[in-house]
Amino acid sequence: MPDPILQTRGLNAHYGDFQALYDVELEVGEGEVLAIIGANGAGKTTLMRSITGLLTNGAAQIHYRGQDISRLRADEVAELGLAMVPEGRQLFPSLSVKENLMIGAQVGRAGPWDLKAVYDLFPILEERKDQASTSLSGGQQQMVAIGRALMANPDLILFDEISLGLAPIIIKDIYEALPGIIGEGMSAIIVEQDITKALSVSSRVYCLQEGRVSLESASETVSREDISRAYFGIE
Amino acid sequence: MEWLNAIVQGTLLGGLYALFAAGLSLIFGVMRLVNIAHGDLIVLAAYLGLTVTTATGMHPMAALVIVVPAMALIGYALQRGLLNQTLGDDILPPLLVTFGLSVIIQNGLLEVYTADPQTLNAGSLETASVAVGGVTLGILPLLTFGIAIAVIWGLQWTFYHTALGRAFRAVSDNQDIAQLMGLNRRHIFGLAMALALGVTAIAGILLGIRTSFDPSIGGGRLIFGFEAVIIGGLGNLWGTLIGGVILGVAQTIGAKIDPGWQVLAGHIAFLVILAVRPNGLFPRVSG
Repeated sequence: MPDPILQTRGLNAHYGDFQALYDVELEVGEGEVLAIIGANGAGKTTLMRSITGLLTNGAAQIHYRGQDISRLRADEVAELGLAMVPEGRQLFPSLSVKENLMIGAQVGRAGPWDLKAVYDLFPILEERKDQASTSLSGGQQQMVAIGRALMANPDLILFDEISLGLAPIIIKDIYEALPGIIGEGMSAIIVEQDITKALSVSSRVYCLQEGRVSLESASETVSREDISRAYFGIE
Repeated sequence: MEWLNAIVQGTLLGGLYALFAAGLSLIFGVMRLVNIAHGDLIVLAAYLGLTVTTATGMHPMAALVIVVPAMALIGYALQRGLLNQTLGDDILPPLLVTFGLSVIIQNGLLEVYTADPQTLNAGSLETASVAVGGVTLGILPLLTFGIAIAVIWGLQWTFYHTALGRAFRAVSDNQDIAQLMGLNRRHIFGLAMALALGVTAIAGILLGIRTSFDPSIGGGRLIFGFEAVIIGGLGNLWGTLIGGVILGVAQTIGAKIDPGWQVLAGHIAFLVILAVRPNGLFPRVSG
């Protein structure tokens, strides 16, 4: 396995008195695509919020390229080259499509992704660039959300539930576009309910269950039985 | 002709009210903060103008060069040092803290400048006028109205055509996601408050040239500002200008009927509009 770009060590996360993550140990290699699966409430989104700095963590629990990022604010984490496509897309409603994309470039990192590159990837966005982001279809909004994250030229990109609420045909399109997006040396974490899709694009998979890692395996060799056991906790 | 005169004078007065309101509207729009101390900050700006003009002998309009950046700096420090800590899901802490701030500013001004009414001496600008048709227009009210239009145009342009404005709107839409995009909301809020108090500085100086002021008048300016914002519709800057004009015209017409009715007439116009159009005349279309 290549050097890890991201590592969590005994990661715990809390919402008030409620503990959502317990001692999560996770590694993403440079250029690796990792899938994280798990039922609703297993802690997947909490894990994403912890990594990106939206949740405050204890010290020394999250390392990015050897640097402890556990206590950094989300904007500081973003500047290090970590971007997220958030669950439910969460575009800025008062911004046009183009402005949403430009906000993504706010971190000011150099790289191959700019407006032109995003428009080449999703030509429909160029046609709609001056429209309000809320006027787009769900799939087009997802393209904006992906483009917005790419505009930051991240080294590690997190996709949180990108197929949620989208039509199957759209999901297929987006997953077909994914290798082209991640292919350029970027590492990725894909959080997904759709296990088949998650396994098809990733090299390794982690399963979360009630805030703990219940499975870690290579995506190619993992068996259905292992997954159901890790997913539902049925022995 | 007397009525026409009242309407024209009221319209020009509305420019001043729009300047009171613009900063209030901006702050609410970006961070959902209702700043109870806004009126007192206007008065503070007037006093800063007084200090600058008496110390240097500058014309009050020239003193803007010093007072505007000074107020902007105060705004940024106030936001980063105090107000950011009050922002959250609960709307009550910022109300209480800015209310306290209002009391502190008033008493601080009393301590430093005493309760004596003061004015900013602008020389001939205070009385100069031009006759248009049968109506005599003061140069100062005309200038105030022109500045109000320029300020609102400038704010509007900043909001919709600059990276800063884009950041304001993004943070206003969704603070967490904006933070993920590398925007530190605490800094962005600081910049918004700096911009708002820069506008407040202009309003304070123009107020100080127009009328006498003392440390206690902030509350009244806050009410006029609020009314202009609400009449025009929250989050709509041009609406705020129209709100200011409606308030100004109602006041001058009220004063025409009976001088004691000036302020009351403005409040009545506000109440009527609030009853008929609770969201104001030009509410921002929600996204």
